[in-house]
Amino acid sequence: MTETAIAASGLRKTYGDKVVLDGIDLTVPSGTVFSLLGPNGAGKTTTVNVLTTLLRADGGTARVAGHDIESEAKAVRAAIGVTGQFSAVDELLTGQENLQLMMDLSRAPVRGGKRIVAELLERFELADAAHRPAATYSGGMRRKLDLAMTLVGNPRIIFLDEPTTGLDPRSRRTMWSIIRDLVAEGVTIFLTTQYLEEADQLADRVAVLDQARLVAEGTPDELKRRIPGTHVRLVFTTAAELDAAARILTDSTRDEEALALRVPSDGGTRSVRTLLDRLDEYSLGAEEFSVHTPDLDDVFLALTGHTVSGSEVAA
Amino acid sequence: MKSQTMVMLRRNFLHTRRNRVTLFNAVLMPIIMMLIFVYVFGGAFNVQGNYVDYATPGMLMMAVSYGLSPTAMAVSADMTNGIINRFKVMDVSRSAVLTGQVVSTVVRTMLALVAMTGVALLMGFRPVASFPQWLAAIGVVVLMVFAVSWLTIALGLAAKNSESAGFVTVPLIMLPFLSSAIVPAGKMGPGIREFAEYQPFTPIIETLRGLFNGTPSTGQTIAAIAWSLGIGIVGYLWARAKFSKRA
Repeated sequence: MTETAIAASGLRKTYGDKVVLDGIDLTVPSGTVFSLLGPNGAGKTTTVNVLTTLLRADGGTARVAGHDIESEAKAVRAAIGVTGQFSAVDELLTGQENLQLMMDLSRAPVRGGKRIVAELLERFELADAAHRPAATYSGGMRRKLDLAMTLVGNPRIIFLDEPTTGLDPRSRRTMWSIIRDLVAEGVTIFLTTQYLEEADQLADRVAVLDQARLVAEGTPDELKRRIPGTHVRLVFTTAAELDAAARILTDSTRDEEALALRVPSDGGTRSVRTLLDRLDEYSLGAEEFSVHTPDLDDVFLALTGHTVSGSEVAA
Repeated sequence: MKSQTMVMLRRNFLHTRRNRVTLFNAVLMPIIMMLIFVYVFGGAFNVQGNYVDYATPGMLMMAVSYGLSPTAMAVSADMTNGIINRFKVMDVSRSAVLTGQVVSTVVRTMLALVAMTGVALLMGFRPVASFPQWLAAIGVVVLMVFAVSWLTIALGLAAKNSESAGFVTVPLIMLPFLSSAIVPAGKMGPGIREFAEYQPFTPIIETLRGLFNGTPSTGQTIAAIAWSLGIGIVGYLWARAKFSKRA
């Protein structure tokens, strides 16, 4: 295996006149977790599909496991595993049969296939459900089976497209620990997610994708430094009140449309009381008061100037 | 490559066995239709000879049509739920996926037809075909089933999702009703009559009828084979093109 697991340069893809990928450059060193963070419709799945040879790019080049995705697609496929956004399990087959199907289809037939299937079922806590059709599985179990199916060929590079979307918090944590185990074995992970927390938990490097472009890249800590911290949001009833409040709270940011004021604060009781006392001093009262901790919306607001929901139009 | 096709085939058979709706559509429904037509309506139809002898070839073709929708749905579901991407990344060939579907559809349909023929015999169906005529009849049926299987796969691939894929075979279910399956085309109203005479199911049904009666018609047989080849080739090319586009 080469030092670089995935290297892409200038990837472009358009559907009709809609640009889905507008010059994507990225590098993922072997044995690391790279997370592509972005809202629905940003181009995450398209990026995964191009890198996994499922979709042909209109421009740019990429090498995966040292092989060109265009001219050496077969070699790329032999080295990777993909878990798509929607769990691609066969609902009418049991968990055990699904894994056996993958085993039977893999080009290099492995010795002891039955044992490997049993081990995967055990490892993913699916042994008890092994003989039930996948249609009866919960969302979390399906995801686990899906990932287990991806691992059948023992791939060294794994693409996970939104592996925890729609999962309950407990299943999400299980999935995270499975991914960490894979990394510990030296597997390279390319992960897409809509959740900042997920990227923060798992990734060595994060790239933020918005409307077909990478708008930021760095370690989770580097990115978080660019996000506004915890703040208090005050909503007033009149523009005059907003003006008055903005004058006394000099470090605040105004949102004229919503008649809202955003005041940096650690969200602790002491600083909040100080803030409220100050408003009281000037006989100002806010109609609404809320404390915000940074989330993906804030990342997007900070990096792109618009919110996640705002960019969903482009989906 | 050959073994991948076998793996896909085994998967499709497991699907058929697990999916009760498939079995009901493919086997039970046509048998119920035959019972209704022969015992309920049959007396009112004025055809030469025993009505069960007249109706059986058409009922066999209806059984073919009824058994197709699970194939369209299965093909469509594989395309929409992402499992096809898994197959692609595993380098499973297009031919393995499609051939697996065609062969399992043909085998499932032929089993349903054997069951139908058995029920028809119990109901008094008395074919007088010689052994070579039986072989010819089986050949015509296999060719036709093969052809509509490819067409069904193309229709399934063309459908937007597996719900709508369940409906794409409805025209194929309707066609036998507007053929000489139940009453001779000559007894139909103008317009319908011409449609019935020139649509593919009529020559196929007439060919089978002729073979079972021991009086095969060369003209109808040639028409039946030509239609089957035409449908098969169109279905195959269409399915291939759709598959390349979607997967």
